[in-house]
Amino acid sequence: MSQFDFLQPKSRQIEIEQFDDRILTYVLEREQSFLTCISCGGCTATCSAGNLTSFNVRKIGLSLRRGNINDLSDEVQKCMFCGKCTLVCPRDINIRNVVLLIKKGIAQLETEKTL
Amino acid sequence: MVLTFRCIKWIVGLSKFDKIRLFKSIRSRRLFQSIKETFMEALLHRKIFRKNPVLGYMHMSLAFGWFLLIVVGHLETMIAEHSLFVPFHKAVFFRYYEGFDEFFLSGLFSFLMDFLLLFVLSGLMFAIVKRFRKKLFGLRRTTHLKSGDKIALTSLWLIFPLRLLAESTSAAVYHNGGFLTSGVGAAIDFIGNPAIFYYPLWMAYSLSLGFFFVALPNSRYMHIPTEVVFIFLRVAGIRLKKQNDSYTDVQVFSCSRCGICLDKCQLSVAGIDDSQSVYLLKNIRNKNLSDEKLFNCLMCGRCQVDCPVGIETIELRTVQRIESTREYNSSYDYLIQEVATKADVVYFAGCMTHLTPRVISSMKKIFATAEEDVWFMDEVKAPCCGRPLMLAGQYEAARKLIENNSRMILDSGAHTLVVSCPICYKVFKEDYKLPDVEVVFHAQYIYDLIHSGKLSVDTSNQRMVYHDPCELGRGMGMYETPRKLLGRIGEVVHMKDEKEYAFCCGGSLGNLKISEDKRKLLRDQALVTYEGFSPDILVTACPKCKKTFAAGRKLKVFDLAEIVAGAICVDSLSKEKEILEKQEADCYAVEGL
Amino acid sequence: MLEKNYNNRLQFMIDKKHIAIIGGGIAGQEAASVLTGLGYKVTILEKNERMGGMLNKWSKLFPDFSSSQLVLDAVKVATDKNLNVICNADIFSVQKENGRFKLSDNSSLDVYADAVIMSTGYNLFDATLKEEYGYGVFENVITSADFEKVHKSGEKLTTADGKAPRRVAFIHCVGSRDAKTGNTYCSKVCCITGVKQAIEVTQMWPECEVFNFYMDLRLYGSKYDALYLEAQKHHKIQFIRGRLSEVSERQGKELQLKAEDTLQGRPLRMKTDIVVLLIGMEACKQNEDLCRDNALELDENRFFKSKNIYNHRNSSTQSGVFLAGSCICPMSVNESLESARSAAMLVDKSLKVQER
Repeated sequence: MSQFDFLQPKSRQIEIEQFDDRILTYVLEREQSFLTCISCGGCTATCSAGNLTSFNVRKIGLSLRRGNINDLSDEVQKCMFCGKCTLVCPRDINIRNVVLLIKKGIAQLETEKTL
Repeated sequence: MVLTFRCIKWIVGLSKFDKIRLFKSIRSRRLFQSIKETFMEALLHRKIFRKNPVLGYMHMSLAFGWFLLIVVGHLETMIAEHSLFVPFHKAVFFRYYEGFDEFFLSGLFSFLMDFLLLFVLSGLMFAIVKRFRKKLFGLRRTTHLKSGDKIALTSLWLIFPLRLLAESTSAAVYHNGGFLTSGVGAAIDFIGNPAIFYYPLWMAYSLSLGFFFVALPNSRYMHIPTEVVFIFLRVAGIRLKKQNDSYTDVQVFSCSRCGICLDKCQLSVAGIDDSQSVYLLKNIRNKNLSDEKLFNCLMCGRCQVDCPVGIETIELRTVQRIESTREYNSSYDYLIQEVATKADVVYFAGCMTHLTPRVISSMKKIFATAEEDVWFMDEVKAPCCGRPLMLAGQYEAARKLIENNSRMILDSGAHTLVVSCPICYKVFKEDYKLPDVEVVFHAQYIYDLIHSGKLSVDTSNQRMVYHDPCELGRGMGMYETPRKLLGRIGEVVHMKDEKEYAFCCGGSLGNLKISEDKRKLLRDQALVTYEGFSPDILVTACPKCKKTFAAGRKLKVFDLAEIVAGAICVDSLSKEKEILEKQEADCYAVEGL
Repeated sequence: MLEKNYNNRLQFMIDKKHIAIIGGGIAGQEAASVLTGLGYKVTILEKNERMGGMLNKWSKLFPDFSSSQLVLDAVKVATDKNLNVICNADIFSVQKENGRFKLSDNSSLDVYADAVIMSTGYNLFDATLKEEYGYGVFENVITSADFEKVHKSGEKLTTADGKAPRRVAFIHCVGSRDAKTGNTYCSKVCCITGVKQAIEVTQMWPECEVFNFYMDLRLYGSKYDALYLEAQKHHKIQFIRGRLSEVSERQGKELQLKAEDTLQGRPLRMKTDIVVLLIGMEACKQNEDLCRDNALELDENRFFKSKNIYNHRNSSTQSGVFLAGSCICPMSVNESLESARSAAMLVDKSLKVQER
């Protein structure tokens, strides 16, 4: 019966009601400009790390807003902090700070978990 | 006693090599240099004087005046007692013990001591005025005080007025005062019997003095002795490491809160006034440094230029950033080793330069004209040079990028690495280990090409303002080379605030917190100044500065490579055209077109 | 009898009123046409050598590929005793003196009027500011205005060395919706221009591949979406949602684009022969000067500020000065004409009210 698992796609759906917004709150408290992202993809297009590996800045922003923390912590390690994304963003979002805050937020969550 | 204990703790806390350096320096000529610097800065406050004469006078009169009072007072006591060794308390409270006795040069000493006391009191007046009316001192803001500091400050402020009153009472009773104390003594005599005030006043004076010295180790006035220790350590050649150690502590406690760094910081234009150097040091001392303040600094270096104590504010901040981000340095495992192309010269454009392609095409033109064998290393893809990562504190992580890039550069067999971005230049020079490879900034490289005749440029009478990029100027000390290069082509306007006093464009990668709106305020501050010189164009040597200023839409901005490329002599131009055409033909041949 | 006298008096009054129109583009000319038809005296002050404004540089209009010349011819008004046209008049000052307006330029020209219509139009965004797109650096990067010029001349679009392009990329939102260029507003008409020009390229070169890189497709007007459908169905134009970040040049002057296909979620690298930048509309630089000696104001996008964007869109903040056309905000040809007519009617109403 496993071939009909696709009839129960619960794991694939984005459950807006249940998303984990701790990191999102942490970031938004310190960097409000992030609210205005329109997912245009300019940041990903110019990204230095994106040129070398499958790193997608825009998706990180999206994961953050949909509360998908699992993917976030691995992905965010790839950023080289070069600042090109921030230079091209048409909404004047300080993307470099957003990545720094995600890293800090996740590190804080880890220490809270172990406490 | 607490002071000596603290001092010993610091010296013991130094690393082994540093301790050796320190003792070596004391035994060598550097001892005299240390003593001279102590005299010049800790006492005379020469640097503060140059920046702000009134502020300098205030610090000098208190420090030097008090120093002289102690020295001359000691001399006076020694002569009066006819001995070389006098008990400490006798020298400090001499007028209390002196009584009616007259001694050799007592009149002169009375005069001198009174004069010095007046000197100190004048400085004290300035200090009081400055605390309440800072604008008169040309300072836009002064530092805030903790309650512990307020107690120390009050006792310090009371010492000299009380001394004046106490010594005047002595003068009234024993007639042993100079021009000042006799005068005030006479006034006291007029009010009432001076003998009544005698003991209370001397008691009050000695209490405030004692209070001050007890409060000192826990207050901002710790900076006085610490500065002396700092000078000795610095002259000994000790440097900051990439982690907190006792040298960091010594620097942090040497801050005299003079406020000059506040004045120089451009962030105040953007309304940011809680992250400047003096506050950073305060937060470090109080162990309450938040990321929001730590990363909200342009790292432009303007504060460091004028610090009269010589605190290395930028390096200190870098160390704090390293400590703050230690737990999440990435490993960059995805970096693979690309194949290098063999060439004489490697050109590394850098991340930012890819967003100013005119600089790249200018460099290509220059390389072609000069017939240099160049490999454009990051034309398609390469890791970032690593410095933006370091500015964000992640030195460990930056090592991976450095390894990857270094391997490629060394594999190419090149003996010169040319960079056109000052941020890259700084990291390649300071943190990369590239044996047999000379790292050259494009301004220097182009200048050498012209000098050796491989490139020739036309002159024009274009009036240019040259903006010193923070990373190139204050960061690497390169001010003259770009000017010499541009001077070959046009006229470089001389400005008052240039070189180490130049503005930051606001585009800094060192500040991770500032919003784009606020950056625009900084940019406009600089642009308005440059516009005032009515130049034809604005020239800079950094792609980030260029992008930042171009968005201001006030002046046309160019990188110096573009200026050179636009001025290349026609003869060399036709040669370059030949080369480019040949390159094109080769490439079509390869693609089979 | 009384009525006739009243009408005669009115006519007499109207005959004496003079209206100055700054800007001889289609909006200015249309407003002049309405006003002279109503009997007013009108002077058009045009800063260039000839009239027609920016539309002179355009070839075919969206959405139905009508010729711009049709519109240019339709708005022309014959100069007669009621209409005066002064070219090479670059007005920089509008001042109210004794109930009338005095307009001056750099030479000795002074014009007096009872009402003024601003129809100064727009400027195009200078694409060299977006240096990462390579305009002015790479020869095969052009703007939509450059393309119109080529199309208008009847020539076919070629690469810098005269070859037929195998692939052309259109980039939307250049200089619009972009905080880094200082223009955060949408320039409205560039998306439909992009679709139109993409179709025109395939008409020139049927074998050529055309890609449009957009952030959003804003096809707001009547029949605009139909053109989009046509572009996909009959011209096989491909639309990629992703903002272009950089253009670089490979050997042989071929251009390399760096974008992200956001709908796929993957980076996209593409070689192309020609890049066309769809540049946005900006306010004229002169608008600032024109506001200096009076109560005229500019809005946050540096266009003229209307008294009220709903029922007084054509009124400026200075009473007696009216606004027509794209000096108010980015707008299309038919919208400019409608705006001009409405401005003219407002002028008429206000002057009649004044008289009473």
